[in-house]
Amino acid sequence: MTAGAALLSVDKLSVAFPGHTAVHEASFSISPGETLALVGESGCGKSVTAFSVMRLLPPNARVASGRISLEGTDLLALSEAEMREVRGARVSLIQQEPMTSLNPVLSIGLQISEVIRRHEKVSRKAARERAVELLDLVSIPNARNRIDDYPHNLSGGMRQRVMIAMAVACQPKLLIADEPTTALDVTTQAQVLDLLDDLRHRLGMAVLLITHDLGVVAQWADRIAVMYAGRIVEQAGIEPFFASPMHPYSRGLLGARVDVDADEHYGSHRLTEIPGSIASAAGQTGCSFAPRCPVVQAACRQAVPPLTPLGEGRAVACPVTTSVPLANRPSFPLSGAGARQ
Amino acid sequence: MSVQAEQPIVVTGAAAPGRAIPRRRRRLRAFLRNPTFVAGALILTALVLLALTAGLLFPADPQDMVGTPLLWPGQDAEFPLGTDSLGRDVLARLVYGTRASLLVGVAAAAIGLAIGMVVGAFAGFLGGRVDAALMRLVELFQTTPTFILVIVIVSITEPTIPTIAMAIGLASWPTVARLVRAQFRSLRETDFVMAARSLGYSPLRIIVQEILPNALPPVIVAASVMIANAILTEAGLSFLNMRDPNVISWGGMIGDGRDQLRTAWFLTALPGAAIAMAVLSLNLVGDGLNEILNPRTEP
Amino acid sequence: MRMGRRIASTLKRTAIHALPTVLGIIVLDFLFLQLMPGDAADVMATEAGSATAETVAALRHQFGIDQPVLTQLANFLSHLARLDLGYSPRFNASVGNLIMARLPNTLLLMVSALTLALVLGIVVGSVMAAWQGKWPDRALSVVVLLFYSMPGFWVGLMAVVLFSVKLGWLPSDGNETIGANLSGFALVSDRLTHLILPALALASFFIAVYARLTRAAMLEVQRQDFMRTARAKGLHPLLIQLRHALRNALVPVTTVAGMNLGNLLGGAVVVETLFGWPGMGRLTLDAVLGRDYSVLLGVLLLSSFVVIVVNVLIDLLHAWLDPRIGATE
Repeated sequence: MTAGAALLSVDKLSVAFPGHTAVHEASFSISPGETLALVGESGCGKSVTAFSVMRLLPPNARVASGRISLEGTDLLALSEAEMREVRGARVSLIQQEPMTSLNPVLSIGLQISEVIRRHEKVSRKAARERAVELLDLVSIPNARNRIDDYPHNLSGGMRQRVMIAMAVACQPKLLIADEPTTALDVTTQAQVLDLLDDLRHRLGMAVLLITHDLGVVAQWADRIAVMYAGRIVEQAGIEPFFASPMHPYSRGLLGARVDVDADEHYGSHRLTEIPGSIASAAGQTGCSFAPRCPVVQAACRQAVPPLTPLGEGRAVACPVTTSVPLANRPSFPLSGAGARQ
Repeated sequence: MSVQAEQPIVVTGAAAPGRAIPRRRRRLRAFLRNPTFVAGALILTALVLLALTAGLLFPADPQDMVGTPLLWPGQDAEFPLGTDSLGRDVLARLVYGTRASLLVGVAAAAIGLAIGMVVGAFAGFLGGRVDAALMRLVELFQTTPTFILVIVIVSITEPTIPTIAMAIGLASWPTVARLVRAQFRSLRETDFVMAARSLGYSPLRIIVQEILPNALPPVIVAASVMIANAILTEAGLSFLNMRDPNVISWGGMIGDGRDQLRTAWFLTALPGAAIAMAVLSLNLVGDGLNEILNPRTEP
Repeated sequence: MRMGRRIASTLKRTAIHALPTVLGIIVLDFLFLQLMPGDAADVMATEAGSATAETVAALRHQFGIDQPVLTQLANFLSHLARLDLGYSPRFNASVGNLIMARLPNTLLLMVSALTLALVLGIVVGSVMAAWQGKWPDRALSVVVLLFYSMPGFWVGLMAVVLFSVKLGWLPSDGNETIGANLSGFALVSDRLTHLILPALALASFFIAVYARLTRAAMLEVQRQDFMRTARAKGLHPLLIQLRHALRNALVPVTTVAGMNLGNLLGGAVVVETLFGWPGMGRLTLDAVLGRDYSVLLGVLLLSSFVVIVVNVLIDLLHAWLDPRIGATE
């Protein structure tokens, strides 16, 4: 992944809320057509990172520093009006909760066609036709008759399909999916993710998939970025990552998970089996994972370890585990390893 | 029109059931820290003090002619707020008028609250047919224009302070009944009520000891709004001359002053401002209470 | 088509719901009025000054008010079934005619005031929510709180002082210029100028109610997920507020508007008296003072009826605003 080819590149992004910093100098990039999974516990800053890409942060949050560029455009430098041209057309969003992310008093047809009419000069009728096609595309049966339905007429999985139809309506280059299946049951989850993956290939979109579910990551992502307490601690391709996670936190995650490779396991493996809880980043110096880290050293508490590139798209923010050649690495006990749910 | 209007009582959600009541001192500090509540409470206290000490402040009969009629405010230092067409002291009459307004307001709200809470508690706790029947009754009362109902009740009897208060109370209970019913319906399913039931407590005991204390916060907010409404209704009635001729009331003063609207409009303006001030203080108290008791209303 | 079905189901439900209420009101009002001391014959006799017991009895017989209560109720109901509200001995006219002559004026006043209150309240409330915590919100909050606390009839009187007495812009009495014999546009504008102050007086309190409610509802909506969805589409903020937020916020506002109708009509009594507006409100007061049961009963009945009918309209509006209503039938 070279910077020139990147569709989206986020460089040293920091996002501040009054009183605390939610994201610290996060850097990552997404190539065209690629799925990057942003993984971490709830509250680690992954949703905030995603919302900053669309510049849809809560009113009390602000981007403190950093650069976000999409196809070479500096998104943070755009005016609000220019940013509106980007939202929905070049980047779009799917939220976690399909029950509340659709407007309950507007028909789904209107909600889909309004994004088309916002970004393309088409007639009301043409937009409606497109909406029917889109509903068809996301496999909603009998689309033409469902177009005037309201969200309350649909099940949770159906609603998420409508959200997807809305998100892909203008064929965006990047789709941000914020825990798109967390609120759904397991079978629906797989269907929705399959659909997303299929659309990604057909429409050539890149996907920023935010999740806390490593089963989902293993099956649907190309690359992974692990976030802990507002920092990205490891980035890797999917296969190397699952074969040999390097950051102690990543190892903890995988240890806490049941079968990584078994395809049937995309159930919700919560990342809570590591001893301790997510550290409050405020007032702490050094690596934020240090209080929970099984291989912590004195130096870890002095300075924040930088995210060090190791080649082949891999980067890890842990001098302890990366300083030792792979073969000679000590086999320290993984905390929570073997813990079954 | 302000008369007997049913102000919506914006209370978000039911009282969090089973929430531990914070220590009394912390509660008190929360009250004192809320500027809305403090402002309302201060005005209200001042009005209550005026009502209590009216006889001391103005020992002369406020119904007597004491000066030249129709003196404008400031014209004569003896009558800072002027005199009316019968040469009576406007300031003294305003102070005495506080009594009627507050008395009717509090009494009417008490009657309305009592009826409304009983009906609402039964409907909400018992549910089923009793609930359906009682809610029909509530609907009946809500469909009938309440102010006309009050006029009718008052005209059956002689318009005195007790009958006016009774009439307003009788016409204003449905709002409380709805509110209390909603509270009871959500509270009766909670764990601690279930526990009380399984212990075999009598329904009355469960209602009074378990549910009522938790249902109270929105009712307290409603009470201040009800007093405010009752004062407005009383003013409307007095203005229409449905009042005790021997009692000074602000609405009556407006009615009397109306004839001089073109020449001495202060006779209308002053008692109206007094009503607005009393009602404002109660609304401030209500808003403050709502913020204190339901902290989720504002982000 | 879907809409049509929803409207039909809403109408059906409301009608079924309203029927027992109407019956209940009829019976309740009738029984209630029987409690009144003194009757029309008494009043007329007192006014005549020299009535003997025989003439009073004759009057009672003539009005049918010497019969047992249940007979009177039965009579009343059977007349009502033929849309005959009875005869007013006091006004010497049929109650139906008396009320119908005044109903349009009251309706005009009520609908104008309600519209004024809703439009102004929603606009002010939305503005307050949009500038939450900033000076427009604070300033408007104070104004709204004042309107929330002032008696409407007093607002009317003060408006008369300003606009009629001091400025001379607007008339303060009646619903048209008497003897002006206007027609066409002049007539309409004459009526309109007469309507402004009474409608304002009647609406003032409700403007405040709806403004407070709209503000709270709009702020609540901003926190919803679908608002972020709308922003993520790149829609203009104004469109987001109007199409996505306001429509949701209007649901609680219209609900309360429906609940306030009875109060609005009650308030009309004072306002009509104040402005000499020839409507039902003034008729009510005259009927009470004259102890004219049949007129009072007719007025109570009809005003409840008006409330029910306007409520149906609000229910329809509600069903249009919120598709979840009427769909679960």
